[in-house]
Amino acid sequence: MSNQMAKRPRPRSPNIQIYRPQLTSVLSIVNRITGVVLSVCAIVLVVWLIAAATGPHTYAVVQGAIASWIGRIVLFGATFSFFLHLCGGIRHLVWDTVQGFELRSIYASGWAVVAASVVLTVAAWLTSLFAG
Amino acid sequence: MDRRPMRSPLARAMGFGSAKDGVEHWWIQRVSAVALVPLTLWFVASIIAHTGNDYATFIVWLRTPLASILMILLLIALFYHTALGLQVVIEDYVHSGVKFAALVAVRLGCFSFAATGIVAALRIAIGG
Repeated sequence: MSNQMAKRPRPRSPNIQIYRPQLTSVLSIVNRITGVVLSVCAIVLVVWLIAAATGPHTYAVVQGAIASWIGRIVLFGATFSFFLHLCGGIRHLVWDTVQGFELRSIYASGWAVVAASVVLTVAAWLTSLFAG
Repeated sequence: MDRRPMRSPLARAMGFGSAKDGVEHWWIQRVSAVALVPLTLWFVASIIAHTGNDYATFIVWLRTPLASILMILLLIALFYHTALGLQVVIEDYVHSGVKFAALVAVRLGCFSFAATGIVAALRIAIGG
């Protein structure tokens, strides 16, 4: 049995690495990755709420961690992940209504997701910096 | 080819599938997604609006009924959506014996974090 298999290996379907990355496939996996990233952010939200419920000192510790340089970089990444997942999710909800499946529409909505996520992330941070 | 239907005439007349909940996962993921659009935007906008505010100001805001209600709704929708999303990720990529444990851990973890977050929000809302 094993000899036979060695002589003529079974045909294999190409792995994902074979294909050239395209906007469609990249945005698909990005929606998943940002979803997982946002799951971690959801836990941070709970930790932050616990700190706020515990009192000003605990809250100051968590707030200090977020306000540190590393905290800000992570928060910036979290903001971008959030807007990517939000815009990508809205794109999926539109697809669920059986709209926008033409190749042109798929690329148009894909680039719209990328552009909107960048603009919203920058806008959110600029507003925050000027408000604070 | 034998084309006799496997479903009983009654099942066919009622128009239901096998268990009536085949699209349950898909549907709740969409419903929670729709709920999360306004809830997360409210949260992000509120956080931006409170940049640089001290603890007392922040708590006064979070104690308002509207903020408390929206925060709790956010936690419910967020962790429900997270549980469903992570479940699919595990089902797609984990094929070892860890799969079952991971699925259970994700489901229980999401419920635990949601409950913890809700209790924290309630303590802020009605606590001293």
